[in-house]
Amino acid sequence: MGGEFTAPEFAWAQLWPLLVVFGTALAGVGVEAFAPRSARRLLQAGLAGAGLLAALVGTIVVGADLTERGDGAARGEVTAAGAVVVDGPTVFLWGLLVVVAAGGLLLFAERRVDAGLPVFAGQASVPPGTSASPAGAGGAGDAAGAGGAAGEAPSYERWEHTEVYPLLVFALAGMMLFAAAGDLLTMFVALEVLSLPLYLLCGLARRRRLLSQEAAMKYFLLGAYSSGFFVYGAALLYGYAGTLSLAGIAASVRAGAGPEVLLLAGTALVLVGLFFKVGAVPFHAWTPDVYQGAPTAVTAFMAAATKIAAFGAILRLLHVGLGDARWNWTPLLWAISILTMVAGVVLAVGQTEVKRLLAYSSIAHTGFLLTGVLGLRAAGDLGEGQVGSLQAVLFYLATYGVATVGIFAVTTLVRDPGGEAGDVARWSGLGRRSPLVAGTFAVFLLSLAGIPLTAGFVGKWSVFAVAASAGAWPVVAVAVTCSIVAVYFYVRHIVLMFFADPPVDPPAVVVPSPATSVTIGLALVATVALGVVPGPLLDLAGHAGSFLR
Amino acid sequence: MDDLTPYLVLSAILFSIGAVGVLVRRNAIVVFMCVELMLNASNLALVVFAKQHGNLEGQVAAFFVMVVAAAEVVVGLAIIMTIFRSRRSASVDDASLLKY
Repeated sequence: MGGEFTAPEFAWAQLWPLLVVFGTALAGVGVEAFAPRSARRLLQAGLAGAGLLAALVGTIVVGADLTERGDGAARGEVTAAGAVVVDGPTVFLWGLLVVVAAGGLLLFAERRVDAGLPVFAGQASVPPGTSASPAGAGGAGDAAGAGGAAGEAPSYERWEHTEVYPLLVFALAGMMLFAAAGDLLTMFVALEVLSLPLYLLCGLARRRRLLSQEAAMKYFLLGAYSSGFFVYGAALLYGYAGTLSLAGIAASVRAGAGPEVLLLAGTALVLVGLFFKVGAVPFHAWTPDVYQGAPTAVTAFMAAATKIAAFGAILRLLHVGLGDARWNWTPLLWAISILTMVAGVVLAVGQTEVKRLLAYSSIAHTGFLLTGVLGLRAAGDLGEGQVGSLQAVLFYLATYGVATVGIFAVTTLVRDPGGEAGDVARWSGLGRRSPLVAGTFAVFLLSLAGIPLTAGFVGKWSVFAVAASAGAWPVVAVAVTCSIVAVYFYVRHIVLMFFADPPVDPPAVVVPSPATSVTIGLALVATVALGVVPGPLLDLAGHAGSFLR
Repeated sequence: MDDLTPYLVLSAILFSIGAVGVLVRRNAIVVFMCVELMLNASNLALVVFAKQHGNLEGQVAAFFVMVVAAAEVVVGLAIIMTIFRSRRSASVDDASLLKY
C-alpha cells in the first residue's frame, strides 16, 4: 500500500449537465427551508423546470461536441478518475431521462384533475382516516380505528409536500449518474441516489393513503434487499479483479487472472441488483404493487425513467465490464429474458386493475428489452446497415419511455369520487362518452402492443432483429409469441372502451390543466411520429456509437 | 501474508444470515436490520479483498457503503414509521392490501 494520492481530473465541460441537475436539487432543498409556504410551490416547480431545461440544453451541447476516441466507434471522455464516463450512449440516455423527467414534473404540478387539490398528500405524517387527510376507497376500513383525534387538528387539505420537486430532481440526478457510472462503486451510489427519493415519492399519494404507504414500504424493503445483493456482488468482482472500475474488470477478464468462481458469483449477484431495478422475473414482485400504490404521476416518471437508467447501467456493465465473459452470462440472460416475457404476459391477461395491467405489461417489456441486450456482438461483425444491440435497446427505451409517461398521464383523467377509476370494468364505454381520452389511451396501448405505425412496432422489430442476428432465435420465437398474446389484453381493453356499455354510474372524465395536456399531447405526437418516421431517432441512437472503454 | 479465507467465509455466513433473515422475519424493522447485515457483510468482504490485493479501493468503497447505508436508514425508518402510525403494526405480513 502507500503511494501518493493524486487529485483526479474532472472534465467540467462534459460533466456540467449532471452537475446542474444535482445543483438544482440542492437549491430546491434550500427553497424548502427558507421560502414561505405560499410561495414554495411555484418557486419549486419553476426551479425544477429551469434546471431540467438547462440540463437538456447542456446534454445537447455536450452531445454535439464529443471528442473522437480510438478507431472512431466510441466518442467521449472518461473523467473523475474513471468514475464517470460521458460517451455517446450516456448523452443519449441523459437526453431521454431529462425529457421523461420533464413529463413527470408537469404531472407533479397538476392540480385541476382533483378539484384544485395537489396530487400529493397534504401532510404525509398524518395517519389516513383522520379528517385532515381523506382516505380513499382503498383502505378506509382498517384505518378508521387508527386515526388520532382530529377534531381540533388544523386542516392540511390545501397543503402540499413541495419537497416532491427536489426529490424528483434528485432521482433524475441519480439516474443520470447511474447511466454514466464507470465503476461499480459509483454505480452503487447512483443506484441509491435514484432509489431513495423514489421510495419516498411512492408513499405520498393524496388518495388511498394506505395503499400508497404499503407500496412505499414494499418498494423500500425489496429495493434495499436487492442493493444488498448488488454490493456483495461488487465486492466479489473486486476480489476477482482487484479494482472496481469496469475497464479494470474487463482487463482482468481478458487476462483470466483471478479465480473464476468470484467472477461468476459476482456477476450473478450484481445482475440480481440490476434486474430488480428493471423488474425482470423473478425479481419483479414489487412492480405491480408499487405501480398501483404510488401516485400515478410518480408511477409515470418511475416506470419510464428507472427502466431507462437501469438498462443503461446493465448495458454498460455487460458491454464494457463483462463483454469478454459473454459466454458466462449469455445463458443466464436467455433464461431471464424468456421467463420475464412469459410471466409478464401471462400474468397481465388476468388483471382487472388498469395500473396493475400496465405494470405487468412493463414487466413483459423488460423481457423484450433483454432480448435486445442479448444481441451483443462485436461491432466488426455487423453487416452494412444492420442495427447494433446498443442502438436497438436505446431506441426501444425511447419508444417505451414516451408511451409509458403518456399512458399513465391519461390514467389520471378518469376518476371516481374516491380517486382514479382503477377497475378495468369502470372504463367500459369510455369511447362513447369521451372519444378523445379513450382514443389517446388506445394509441398508447397499440404502441405498447407493438402495432405497426406506432413507435412500439419499430422498437420491437429492432430488438428482435438484433437478437435473431446474434443467433438467439429461440428467444426471439418466444418473444414473438408473447407479443401476439400481449396484443390480446391490450386490444381487449380497447374493445371494452369502444364497444361495451358504460356502467350505470360512469366515472368522471376531467379536463386537466395545460401541464397534463401538454405531456399527453407531446407523448402522443412522439409515439406516432417515431412509428411513422423512426429514421432520425434511429440514426441518433446509431450516432451515439458504442461505449467508451 | 496471512490466510484471509476465514474472513471471507465469515462474510459469506453473515451475508447468508442477512439474506435468509429478510425472507423469514416478519417485523419490518428486523427485516431492515437483516438488510444492514448484508451490507456489512459486503463491507467485510471489501476490506478483506483490499488487504489481499494490497490497494485501498476496497477500504474506500466500504466507507461509501456505510454512508449510503446511513442514508438508507433515514428514509427507511421514516417509511416504516408512517406505516406503523396508520396501522399500529410494523409487520410485513399485515401490509397486504396490494396483491396478485
